[in-house]
This record gives sequence, C-alpha cells and structure tokens, in this order.
Amino acid sequence: MLKRISGPVVTAVGFNAHMYDVVKVGNEKLMGEVIKITGENVIIQVYEATDGIRPGEPVENTGMSLAVELGPGLLNSIYDGIQRPLEVLMEKMGSFIERGVTAPGLDRTVKWDFVPVVKAGDSVGPGAVIGTVQETESILHKIMVPPNMKGGVVREIRGGAFTVDETVCTLEDGTTLSMMQKWPVRVPRPVTVKMNPDIPLVTGQRILDSLFPIAKGGTAAIPGPFGSGKTVTQQALAKWSDAQIVVYIGCGERGNEMTEVLTEFPELEDPKTGRPLMERTVLIANTSNMPVAAREASVYTGITLAEYYRDMGYDVSLMADSTSRWAEAMREISSRLEEMPGEEGYPAYLSARLSEFYERAGRVTSLNNEQGSVTVIGAVSPPGGDFSEPVTQNTLRIVKVFWALDAKLSQRRHFPAINWLDSYSLYLGVLNDWYDTNVSPEWNTLRTWAMAVLQKESELQEIVQLVGSDALPEEEQITIEVARMLREVFLQQNAFDPVDTYCSLEKQFDIMKAIRLYADLAAAAHTAGVMPAQILAVRAKNDLPQIKFTVDYKPELERVLAQMKDEFAGLKAGAA
Amino acid sequence: MKEYRTIKQIAGPLVFVEKTEPVGYNELVNIVLTDGSVKRGQVLDTSDELVVVQCFETTAGIGRDSGVRFLGEAMKMPVAKEMLGRILSGGGKPIDGGPEIIPEKRLDINGAAINPYARASPADFIQTGISTIDGTNTLVRGQKLPIFSAAGLPHNDVALQIARQAKVPGSAEEFAVVFAAMGITKEEANHFMADFERTGALESAVVFLNLADDPAVERIITPRLALTTAEYLAYELGYHVLVILTDMTNYCEALRQIGAAREEVPGRRGYPGYMYTDLASIYERAGIIKGKKGSVTQIPILTMPGDDITHPIPDLTGYITEGQIVVSRELHRKGIYPPINVLPSLSRLMNLGIGKGHTREDHKKVSDQLYAGYAEGNDLRGLVAIVGKDALSERDRGFLEFADLFEGRFVTQGIDENRTIEDTLDLGWELLATLPVEQLVRIDRELIQKYHPLYRKGAQSAGV
Repeated sequence: MLKRISGPVVTAVGFNAHMYDVVKVGNEKLMGEVIKITGENVIIQVYEATDGIRPGEPVENTGMSLAVELGPGLLNSIYDGIQRPLEVLMEKMGSFIERGVTAPGLDRTVKWDFVPVVKAGDSVGPGAVIGTVQETESILHKIMVPPNMKGGVVREIRGGAFTVDETVCTLEDGTTLSMMQKWPVRVPRPVTVKMNPDIPLVTGQRILDSLFPIAKGGTAAIPGPFGSGKTVTQQALAKWSDAQIVVYIGCGERGNEMTEVLTEFPELEDPKTGRPLMERTVLIANTSNMPVAAREASVYTGITLAEYYRDMGYDVSLMADSTSRWAEAMREISSRLEEMPGEEGYPAYLSARLSEFYERAGRVTSLNNEQGSVTVIGAVSPPGGDFSEPVTQNTLRIVKVFWALDAKLSQRRHFPAINWLDSYSLYLGVLNDWYDTNVSPEWNTLRTWAMAVLQKESELQEIVQLVGSDALPEEEQITIEVARMLREVFLQQNAFDPVDTYCSLEKQFDIMKAIRLYADLAAAAHTAGVMPAQILAVRAKNDLPQIKFTVDYKPELERVLAQMKDEFAGLKAGAA
Repeated sequence: MKEYRTIKQIAGPLVFVEKTEPVGYNELVNIVLTDGSVKRGQVLDTSDELVVVQCFETTAGIGRDSGVRFLGEAMKMPVAKEMLGRILSGGGKPIDGGPEIIPEKRLDINGAAINPYARASPADFIQTGISTIDGTNTLVRGQKLPIFSAAGLPHNDVALQIARQAKVPGSAEEFAVVFAAMGITKEEANHFMADFERTGALESAVVFLNLADDPAVERIITPRLALTTAEYLAYELGYHVLVILTDMTNYCEALRQIGAAREEVPGRRGYPGYMYTDLASIYERAGIIKGKKGSVTQIPILTMPGDDITHPIPDLTGYITEGQIVVSRELHRKGIYPPINVLPSLSRLMNLGIGKGHTREDHKKVSDQLYAGYAEGNDLRGLVAIVGKDALSERDRGFLEFADLFEGRFVTQGIDENRTIEDTLDLGWELLATLPVEQLVRIDRELIQKYHPLYRKGAQSAGV
C-alpha cells in the first residue's frame, strides 16, 4: 500500500520486497523499481509521472528485477528507457506519452524463420547457439541458450516460422527454449574470457583514426561544453564506425535532436551493404522531459542489448548521450531519497556506478566461443565546460580515450571540434602493430610527426601572440604553415559533405603524406636558399582541400603533388 | 467537498496540512481565508500524515484557522480560440477588462512529453529579417532558441523585432504569438504592449503578465499556462505559434525559492538538483508533431547574472535548447544594434532549415566562412593591442579589416530593417569579397564561381 508520494519517488508499506524488484504502483499499475528498504518502508522509483496518485493505493510486487526482452526484432526498433517500443506507444496513445500503458519489447505477432543448427541428441551448454534467424538482410541473429540456464541434451528441435515466445527446442530434462530470453539489465552477461583490445574501431574520422584511435571493446569519453559539436561527432561515429551493430542511447537529450536521429537513421544507407543503417541499429530515446527514473534505467537497457549482440560474435558500438544526464537522474533520485550527498550533490556511489557501467565494455570470447566486442563511447556534458566537475573526473579515471571537444574550435567552425592538444588515446601502443600491417609501416611515423608539428605550433603561437608572426625565424614560419595545413586540410572534416563525411584509412594516409611531402620539400627548398614568402606562396597546396571533397581523389592528388614538385623545383632553380 | 482546518505549519510559499484523507500528488488546492477569499496551490508531497502544499500566491493572510480544500485534479487551464488578442495575469485570469474566457477545452497545464517517435523533424526556415540570426544562426519552426542576455542590454528590442518580422517566406499560414512575462517590470511590460499595439500584433497574440510585484511563486505556472495555450493553438487549431518567455532567470529564482522553503538539498549555487528536468519540462514543449498542422517555436529570454554564461541558468538552458543567441555587452557599447555576438551563438537545427530547397545552396558555406573570418579577425585584435597593426602580415590585416566590416555592416542593422535571406547572403558575399579568394577555404570552387561578386560581375559583363 502506498504511504507517501513525492515526485518520481514513492514510499510503500505492507509487502515483502527485495532490492530492484519491479513493482506495479497504484490503481493504474505504473511501473516502478524498489531502490531502498528501511524497516517497513519500501522506497520505489516510478518510471512514469505520479500525478494524482494517492496514499492508500495498492502496490503489487512482480518479484522480478528490471529485465529486457532479447530476441529477433530488436534491430530497427526505437525504445524508451525501459524498452517500450515508441512506435507502439504512439499507436496506443497518440502523439503524447500518457501513462499506464505497457507494451512488450518484442512484438509477439511477428513470425521469424528459425533455422536450427543443432539436432536432437546434441548437448548444448549455457550460451550455446541452437539456431539462427535472418533478422535483417545484413544481420544473422543467433538464438542462444540463456547464459543463466544449465543447458542439457536436445530432445526435440524444429525449424520453421515461429513467434518469439513459441517453443522451438525442448531439452531432455523438459526445459523448453523459445527465441526470446529475458535478462536483468543491471547484471552483466557472463563471458568466457575478456581479451586485449588490439584492433582499432575504424571510424572514418581523420582526427580519431589517425591521432586518437579507439580499440574495439574500448571505452571513450567525449566531453564538451554545449555547442561544441558533441552530438554531430557521436552521430558521425554511429554512422561510420566499422561495428556491425550500433546501439544509440539518447539519455535525457533533446526531443528534436532525437527526432533528427530517428528520421535520419532510417534514411541513411549503410556504406558497406547499401541497406538502411537502421537494419543494424537499436535506438533508445528517453528525452529530458520523459520520466527521470526511466532515464536512469535507459543506460542499463542499452548496454544489455549491446552485450546480447556481442555474445553472438558481433562488434557493437554503444553511444550514450549523455552520461551526465544519467548522472543527474541518479542525483535527482538520490536527493528525493534524502541521501547524504557527495560532491556537488551527486550521490556518493556515482563513481562506482560509472565504473560498473564502463566495465561492461570489452572484447570477449563469449560462452559459445565467438569473438565479439562492445565499445562504449560516452558523452559527458560538464556544466559550464568545467572539466573538474565530478561526472567528467570520475569518467576520465575509467576511460582510455578522451576526445576533448573544444567550444573555441567550434566557434571558428573547426569541425570536428576536437582539441588535438588535450585529447589522448591510451590504445596507441597496442594498436601500432595493426596499423603497420593493415595500412602502412609509415603510419606511426607520420602520426608522430603530425603530432609533433601541432605541438610545436602551439608553442610558436604563444610567441606569435607576443611578437607577431613576422618576428619568427624563417623555418618556424614554414612550421606554422605546415601546422595550418594539418589543421585545415587534415583535421577539419565536414560531416555534412557527402564525400568528406567518411574518409578511408588509405585516404587519411594519403592526405597526411601529401602534407608531409610539402613540409619536406619546403624544408629542402629553404635549405637551398628559397625565401619563405615564396615557399608559402606555392599554389599547389591551395588545391589540397578540394581532395577531401572528391570521391575518386587519386588522379587529382597526383596532379597536385606533381605540380607541387614542379613549383618547388622552379623555386630552387630560381634561388640557385 | 471536505474542508480541512488542520494546517500545521506555514513557511514561505509552503503550507503543511495534517490528518487528511488520501490526497493525490500534484493535485490542485484551494486555501480559504477567514475573510472568504481563496488562494490557489498545488500538492508537492503527500503522505497519510502530512501534505505539503505549494501556494501560487503570497501566503499573506493564511493562518492556522484557514480552510484547505483539495480539488482532486491537477491544475487545468481553460483554453479557447478567443484567447487571441487577450491579456491575462500570470495565473491565467483576464486583466484587460474584457469578459471571462469561455473555455472550449480544459487542459492539464503540465502537458505530457511528446513521444520522440511522433515528432516531425523541423525543416522550415523562419526568416526573422535579422542577418546575424538568418545568416549565421538560423531559426527553424519547432525550434527552441533562447536569447542569452544580461542586465542593461536591448534583448527586449531584439525579441520584439523577431516577433514582428518572423515569417516563413512564401507561406501564408496562420501565425500567432504567445507572450509570457515572468517577473518583468511594469515599464518593460508597457514597452512590449505598446509595440504589440503599434504593429497590430496583439490581435494574434495571447499575453500572460506576471510582473515584478506579483507573487514569485506564480512564475512557476506562468510559462506552463502559456505553453498549454500555445499547444492548443498549434496542435488543435493549426496555428504556427511563436512563444516568447521572458525572463527565465526570474523563473529559476522562484524555483530556488521553493526549494529553499522545502529545505531540499541544494545543487549548484543553491538551485535545486532537479532544475535541469524542470527546465526541460518547459523547453521541450516546442516542436512539430507528425500529422498535425501547427507548430510551437520557443524564444526564451534570460539574463545571465553577472554576464556569466557558465551560471547554472544559462548553462542548463543551453543543454536543453537547440542553441542560443548571445547578446553582447561589448558590441552594445560600440553602439551596434542588434548587438548579437555570433561567435558564442549557435543554432543547432540550422542545417535542417537551410540550403537548396530551404534558403539557398550557398548558405551553409557562406555562413561557415563568415564565422571563420570573423573569429580570426577577432583573435587578431588581441594581437594588435600588443604589437600594433604594422607588425601584422598583409593576410592578417585583411582579416582584421574584415572583422570590422562584419560588425559594421553585417551585424548592424536598423530596428525596423527587415532583410530578406537573399539580402543577407549577398551582403555576406560582398564582405567576403574583401578577402583574397584563396583564403575562402570553406567554400567550394563551384559556389565561388557562381556567387562571388568578382565572378558574378564577370558573368554579367560577359552576358551584356
């Protein structure tokens, strides 16, 4: 029975509850979750608005913890924070989200073609694949024995068209298996072994792949003050990274932005298969004005879906935008519980929750010996752009890659506005071998050179600020020019340009090499006595930016490089 | 209806009532004073022992002898088409001397969250006639784009100019303005009203006035009343509604006041920890819904305390809204109107509403180039202060002059000057033409050849 209602947190008495049990609150049976028990009092966070609920209304315990439904039909879906399909909610209650409406995560009416891969008499263990379903054209969904089931010998298994809750397989001990399983969101799915992340997640974004790469199964944080292009960067990652499955969690974000994702994704073509990108995407949208408790749950819902596809052997990239809103949801609920606050009002368990979440990333061998990965990219939105605030600081202690978005850069329309001096990647060492073998042995040298030039430029800029650029020594003026080219030609990438939005590793390498060629030629010319002004006036380099926007760029690049060599040869001849 | 006389405690805007029958959360409450007058409030916290009521008006006159009635429903607002042209108090009562509003419908003022799946993507360019907005921070229908200002700056004039001039080029759909004032002075209110009357805009406007001397707590409901009205006009009657909320800073102060009275654990600078969620429940009520004709576009105005953009109010607002228009004291001091600083300004939905089919194909690139050029010139100003103009390279001097030109011609315009988007873009090209062509790295060659004044002239003379 309900005793007290104060916003999304309610107190009930008179029933036996366990922590994180899902309960139905009030006459309208609103979904909630037990988050605290003190004596008789059971404190519940409610996933829907509690307006009009009165003390004395009933509370019913389902005895289960918050779980998601896993099975074919997840891809192509758009869910709210507790896995209610938004499309079904709209059919049921119109354009606005009213409350008290339930909808299962997986459609019970759709029939899927189940193809068994084991036969009667085979022995199957936890996590074993018993059959497959072609979920979308590009993704083969593997039906697995739930990891929390002990398995056994197959008595009967049949192929054909079934709904997700029909029995497809019976074991000798009488256990029945359907294509759907449930998994509690707050518990990580078990794996055989966690492996080293030594393969990069290729994103097609020059600054990320070349300078600050992330490994498959790695963790990254994108902090950024508002307006620094965080969302655009995340969306570019979702579109272009080479993970097969994308889970995008819009956690406490803007409605219109979510709509942009919801309308853009279905229209986007997967560059690899030519199919709609949605066919390998799950979207979770819990906007800032939807109930705060569901926002808290949305992150767990998302990572559980990601782990499920990882267990099938897929590389999954998960974007959480934004973990700061998630932390704020924790803070809001914590303050309603009247808990003793930690730093800036955040609960003392903030750091523990964040590390638990990021620890669910990784490249693993699953229970069925497939290799899959979950890469977690979390956005943090530090208030006032102040990186010293608790959410950013606690996140940085955990993640291995930091892509520092910079409002100053975005003000200059330098996109992606990732600051190359503040960002870092701790995966460089482990990924070196991969780049050596798969792109070019020169890759790492070029990368180190580019970073050194950019670093040098920032030192020189300080001098320029004081004495002006003309006062610099001649060779430093060339360095400044080379750094400018690196920034404007290489680092800047236009996410809205159909060609430039994705840049292959080969093209990245070629562009970087072209700039390096200019730098080398310029240095040689300077040694030969050519005036810096002449070196800076080489016309061929002005054509380099256009390479970015050209699909078949190689002939044009060769022309530009040839012209550049000619010009330098001419300059040297003139000087001699 | 049962009337309780069990008030236990009164603190600030809060009234604590004990020994009641079960009362619903967020229910509306009437408090009856001994002289028969009635004050309204809302249930903030309910349990079988104690009910906490937040009073929308001042608690002056409420005593332990006052009666409390629980109305059994959340606050609803009567709405009707006749509200257009009317002036209402911050609590929704007519104050223009006209008749009571005959409701066509009564709607919950808290609204409900729009299902993200039901939203339509904003795509219609709104021409405000102000170059710094149309050209570089474009407003689109269904967007929420706040004006970040500070004390002593002409943000009201800018807001009025937008309200006056805003239109979607080439469309003749029904347009309405909902104006909600929270805690502004009578003088400011008069300024707005005079302008509405002067331009005849009042006929298609609904005005809610909570003035500086009205109860602070009433400010909590004023924007919700305004948005409920706007949603009714937009989604039921098909109007395209522009909602102006001013001043959100006063709203947040009222929120903090209630938090303090409830003895809540405060967040940053004493504002409640749930301020983000609370502000979201206001700002997120902008948008377009699939299959419905109208739209709600929001322009909230807030004054940044101490010109500090990292203050919790602008900061949290910026995380919810789709960009911001920043009014700058520096430009205002230089005598520039409208003093909009484009560098920290941003419209996140801009790319949805510009380009071919919306404005013009060169819009995005021109805007990027103007931004970049101005940013560079602006940075150089700092350098000039140290080393003097003569120490600059010729290239840098070009950008320095460009920054001055940009402020003098692109930013500056008359208070009644209504520039079309073509005017704005052509003006942009004119300014860009002062820079060497090879410095225009953000624009494709094709566009340069099509729009750059140099080539245009060439094309014209060749044609002639």
